[in-house]
Amino acid sequence: MSEADGLVRLRQPIGVTYNWSAGPNATSHLAGLMSGKFVGKRCPSCALVYFPPRNGVCPKCAKILAGDVEVGPKGTITTFCIVNVPFLGQKIKLPYVAAQILLDGADISMQHLIQECEAEDVRIGMRVEPVWKDKSEWGPSLENIQHFRPTGEPDRVMGSESGAS
Amino acid sequence: MALRDIAIVGTAQRPSEVNSTFTSVEILLPVIQQLLDKVGIERSDIGFWCHGSCDYMSGQPFSFVAAVDAIGAWPPIVESHVEADGALALYEAWVKIQTGEVDVALVFSNGKTTSGPIDQILSLQTDPYMVAPLKPGFDALAALQARACLDAGVVTERQMAEVASRSRRDANNNAIAFTKGNESVEELLAMPYTMNPLRAHDCATPVDGCNAVVLAAGDIARRLAERPAWIRGIDHRIDTQRLGARSMIESSSAAIAAQKAGVGNDRIDVAEIHAPYTHQELLLRNAMGLSESTHINPSGGALVANPLMAAGLARFAEAAESIFAGSADRVLAHCTSGPMLQQNLVCVMEGE
Repeated sequence: MSEADGLVRLRQPIGVTYNWSAGPNATSHLAGLMSGKFVGKRCPSCALVYFPPRNGVCPKCAKILAGDVEVGPKGTITTFCIVNVPFLGQKIKLPYVAAQILLDGADISMQHLIQECEAEDVRIGMRVEPVWKDKSEWGPSLENIQHFRPTGEPDRVMGSESGAS
Repeated sequence: MALRDIAIVGTAQRPSEVNSTFTSVEILLPVIQQLLDKVGIERSDIGFWCHGSCDYMSGQPFSFVAAVDAIGAWPPIVESHVEADGALALYEAWVKIQTGEVDVALVFSNGKTTSGPIDQILSLQTDPYMVAPLKPGFDALAALQARACLDAGVVTERQMAEVASRSRRDANNNAIAFTKGNESVEELLAMPYTMNPLRAHDCATPVDGCNAVVLAAGDIARRLAERPAWIRGIDHRIDTQRLGARSMIESSSAAIAAQKAGVGNDRIDVAEIHAPYTHQELLLRNAMGLSESTHINPSGGALVANPLMAAGLARFAEAAESIFAGSADRVLAHCTSGPMLQQNLVCVMEGE
């Protein structure tokens, strides 16, 4: 508390530690990332493949997801945005591209960084592949992937998929 | 405007556990499916979904949004959430059906009470300027209340032990309950204080759990259940958040809610009271004017399993089940929240 300017101020830092459980479905996904694999889950009802497996359920069917499905590692950009705005704690050089990537075999897209090309060259349908960090830095996280980069393969025509992306 | 007749027609609860390794969505989904199967309806028959939970307990902002995954929101549904116990979600669903917009509602609630230090988390809901900085601890606030009640002669330590002994025995017959026991009152009184004047058995057992109930109006309710639990009165009242400005030896909000809900209009066979501390059950029984003939908490109550944000709706589920089973004709369900019984919701249900 300080009363230097006639006002009483109170700082009240709050910290609470939780034991957060990823649940069995997200656990196989996170364990996959620790061994360099993209592991998704399939809905036993509508057969859509979820990567990442959200909360372990298919929100369309309200069913617990079932078997593991390995997807990727290559994928296709379904949409993207070029980030030009600086903000506190920014770690990546501007401008950079945040993209939704539909991994091959998955039915929902995930967000990641696109690097190793000019931001203006990024486009919907562009084929990309992951660049993994050094294994010593891996943990149960999508941050094991440094970024995605273009493969140079022909673009994939988007919009004809049956998926939920 | 004449009120519509609305009843609970089905309930489902997940057995209590601690340190669950499932996500909230994973524990909710099977319970909701079980309830739909029991009542014999499809998701598309539900006109309104209402959910009770608290982000502070999972430590994740907007964690309740994920819970929509557990109910299947495609094609689009009409749903709402209260940052409170599921009993308050039931109140909202009851109002929604009263408007005439829908006839059937599913209410659900969940709490993973054991993922964090619940005693600290709960004290974050106190007044942020004058009380929360003191980090009082929830058990400590209840202990202050218990001390005031003992000093005023409103309750005795023996009566508190009687509540604990009865609840732990009754829990032996409840698959959902977590803490069970057969201790006598003397054995419990011989236990050491954990926070004077409270002993361990005076405080509810925090557990992870979830539950769901279906509400329906009029003839739809009669079609869905053999003996629906008709809501005859429901009322929610709140005492001031200024702890020093309210009496610790009575619960005026519970007394008003009980009177408005019509508790005293006839005898109550079974009362499911949400009392996380033994002395609070005694205070609530006085405030709501319950007589000796009322069977209190045949489920064992929140004392033996307190999945926060679901423990109040659990009281509704337990009370309604005694109507379904025909073991009671007129029941009371109660939910509290906040420190020292700050909020009280009282509901009276009857069989036909």
